[in-house]
Amino acid sequence: ENVGCRTLSLTAHVGFDSLPDQLLRKSIKHGFCFNVLCIGETGIGKSALMSSLFNTNFEDSPSTHFLSSVRLRAQTCEVHESNVLLKLTVVKTVGFGDQVNKADTYQPIVDYIDAQFEAYLEEELKVIRSLFSYHDTRIHVCLYFISPTGRSLKTIDLLTMRSLDSKVNIIPVIGKADSISKSELQDFKKRIMSELVSNGIRIYQFPTDDETVSEINSITNSCLPFAVVGSMEKVKIGSKMVRARQYPWGIVKVENESHCDTIKLRRMLCTNMEDLKEKTRAYYETYRRCRLEKLGCRDIGPENKPVSLQEVIEAKRLEFCLEKERKEEEIKQRFLQRVNEKAAMLEEADQQASMPVLTKFEHLKLMHQEEELKLEEKKKLLEDEIAQFIEKKAITVSIQSQVSVSTPVVSLKTQELQKVSA
Amino acid sequence: PHAGPVESKNEAAMSELVPEPRQKPVVPMKPTGINASLLGYIGIDTIIEQMRKKTMKTGFDFNIMVVGQSGLGKSTLVNTLFKSQVSRKSSGWNREEKIPKTVEIKAIGHVIEEGGVKMKLTVIDTPGFGDQINNENCWEPIEKYINEQYEKFLKEEVNIARKKRIPDTRVHCCLYFISPTGHSLRPLDLEFMKHLSKVVNIIPVIAKADTMTLEEKTEFKQRVRKELEVNGIEFYPQKEFDEDLEDKTENDKIRQESMPFAIVGSDKEYQVNGKRVLGRKTPWGIIEVENLNHCEFALLRDFVIRTHLQDLKEVTHNIHYETYRAKRLNGNGGLPPMTIETEENHESNL
Repeated sequence: ENVGCRTLSLTAHVGFDSLPDQLLRKSIKHGFCFNVLCIGETGIGKSALMSSLFNTNFEDSPSTHFLSSVRLRAQTCEVHESNVLLKLTVVKTVGFGDQVNKADTYQPIVDYIDAQFEAYLEEELKVIRSLFSYHDTRIHVCLYFISPTGRSLKTIDLLTMRSLDSKVNIIPVIGKADSISKSELQDFKKRIMSELVSNGIRIYQFPTDDETVSEINSITNSCLPFAVVGSMEKVKIGSKMVRARQYPWGIVKVENESHCDTIKLRRMLCTNMEDLKEKTRAYYETYRRCRLEKLGCRDIGPENKPVSLQEVIEAKRLEFCLEKERKEEEIKQRFLQRVNEKAAMLEEADQQASMPVLTKFEHLKLMHQEEELKLEEKKKLLEDEIAQFIEKKAITVSIQSQVSVSTPVVSLKTQELQKVSA
Repeated sequence: PHAGPVESKNEAAMSELVPEPRQKPVVPMKPTGINASLLGYIGIDTIIEQMRKKTMKTGFDFNIMVVGQSGLGKSTLVNTLFKSQVSRKSSGWNREEKIPKTVEIKAIGHVIEEGGVKMKLTVIDTPGFGDQINNENCWEPIEKYINEQYEKFLKEEVNIARKKRIPDTRVHCCLYFISPTGHSLRPLDLEFMKHLSKVVNIIPVIAKADTMTLEEKTEFKQRVRKELEVNGIEFYPQKEFDEDLEDKTENDKIRQESMPFAIVGSDKEYQVNGKRVLGRKTPWGIIEVENLNHCEFALLRDFVIRTHLQDLKEVTHNIHYETYRAKRLNGNGGLPPMTIETEENHESNL
C-alpha cells in the first residue's frame, strides 16, 4: 500500500500524535455497543450470569418449560463506567432444549443471527443510508451454556454449536458450576474441549498475537470452558454486600476466582471486546459475500476479468429490462391476436345478422307465391279430374238405363257399373 | 386484593419486553433503558485502550489538497505544517517550463511517524490553477479528481470480496489560497469555492499575510467572511454538521473570528530571543511564523492537525462521500429488484 511513498523525517513536533485521542474522543461521545447472545436450557442461569457479569439487573419473569418452539428475547440497557457509555444488548433463548423433539431447536437461533446480518446489509445497500448512527445489532459473542452433568456434551450442544461456529464467536461456559466439585470439573473441562476438537467445532480463541496480552490469553484459552456461577441476590459478608449464593454448607462468592470463573469471563470479555467485534465484522463479510453471490453477483466476469459490482448490476438491470420488454411484446402480440380473432368472429356474425330485413321479406313472399302457384295447379288438376269423373259417371248412368230394359244378364253389368259408380 | 393489579402490571411490563411469537426471528427492540447503577468495577473502560492500540497499529491516512495561483506559498505552507520537506518548491521561474497549460493534479504520498502514530500523508498539488489567460472551468479537473477518489472508494466498498481496510485516497481537506489583495475575493475564488464546497471540505486561507497590517487584516477577513456568506459558500467547519452544543460553540468561534486564517509560511529558522524559530527575515524585522501576534499559522496548524483532523476525515466519509454515493446509485437507477424473503424498506437496494 505504501508503494511509491517516501518516508519523511520530521524536524519538529507537528502534533498529529493527538489523532488517536481525537478519534477516541469522538467514539466516546458516540458511545459503544455490544451484543451478547446467551444460549442455554431453561433454568441454567443465563439471566443470573449476565446480571453478575455486568452488575445490572437482567431479571426476567421465569419462563415455562412448555414452549412449543425456541424463541429469542432481547433486552437492552446502558452501562456507564468512568466516561464510557456502553449500550449492551443481551439476547436470550427461551425454551431451548425443552421440546420433546429437538430437531428444530437451533434453527431459530441461526435465523436470528442471519437476520441481524441481513438488517445491516440492507442498511449498507440503501441509497441514502446512515451507517454512522445505525444501531448495530449484530451479535458479537455467543455464550453457550453447557449443563453441569459432569459427563460430556449432549448431542444438541454439538449440533447447535456446529451450526453457529461459522457465524458468531462462541464461548462455551458451564452453567451452575457450583454443583460440580473441583476435581470433577477439571476432567469435565478436558473432556468437553476434546469433544469440541474431535467434532471440528471452532470456538473463539482469545488472540495471542500481541505480546502484551498473549501470555494472559493463552492461559485463558486453557481454562475454557469457563465454569461460571451467577447470582441475582447479594449476601452480606462482613460489611459488604456481595453477589453470592448461600448454602447451608457455605457461601459461593461469584466474584471469587477460586470459587468460579465468572470474573475471568468478565475480564476476558471486556479486554477483548474490540477483537470480538473485529471477528464479527469478518463473519459479516462472509455472510455478505454469500448473500450477494446467491443473488447472482460476481466479482469476476465471464472472461475472468475483474468485474465491479456496478457493472454486474448494470448487466443484470439490462437483462431484466430486456426480459421485461420481451414479455411485454409477447403479451401484446397475444392480445392483438385475440382481438383479431374476435373481430373476425364478430364480422361473420355481423354479416349474417345484417342481411337486410326487406330482402328476407321479399324472399319469403317469393316462396309464398311459388307455393300458391303450385297449389293452384294442383287444384286445377284436381278439378279436371272431378270433371272427368262426373262425365264418366253420366255416361255410365245413361248406358245403365238403356241396358236395364233388355236382359237380366245386363243386370250383372249394372251391378258392376253400380259398383263402379259407387 | 392488592396482588391482582400489581401482578398484572408486572405482566404488562414484562410483556413489553417479550415480543410476539412470530414465524420470523425477533429483532431486538429499541433500548428500554434499564439503567444500571454500577456497584462494582466491570472493566468496560478498557475498550478505550483497545481501540487506541488498534488504531495505532493500523495507522491513519490523510489527504490534503492545496489550491491557489502559483507563487502564493502553497508548498512552503505544507512544508511548514508538516515540518519536513513535503513539497519541493518550484525552483526557478522559467515561464515556459514551470507553468502547465492546464491544471495538473499531482499527488505525492509520504509516510510520517510521530509518537508511535503512523500517518500516510498525501499532498495533492494543483499547479496551473488560475494561471492561464482564460481560467474558465479550471476547477473542473480538480472536481473530477475528487470525484474519482470517491468513485475508487465506492468501487472497493461495493465489491463482493472486500478488503478489510479500504485504502482511503479521498481528499479530506482542501486549503484554498486567497490572494492578499486587501480588497475582496476574486471572481475565480468565488467560482471555485461555490462549486467545490459541496464536494469537499474547503478551508480558505489568506496567503502571504505579511503584506497586511493588523487593521487591514481584520477588515479583509471580515469582508471575505461576508462575501462567502452572501454567496452561500459553506466552508469547513460547516454549520450544519455541528454535532452538539459543545462543537457548535467551539466552531462558531472559529468560523466567526479566526477564519479565514491569515498565514505566513517558512521553512527557514532564525535565532530570536535565544530561541530557534521558523520565520521570514526582512530588513524591518523577523516575522515569526509560529507567533500568534505575527500571523495565524499556529491557529491553522492546531485547527487542522491537532483538533479537527479526525473530524475532517469523518465529515468527508459520512457526508461528502455519502452524497456522492447516493447520487451515483440513484443516477444508475439503483439496483434491479430481486426477490428476497425478508420484508424491506422500499429504499433498500435489496
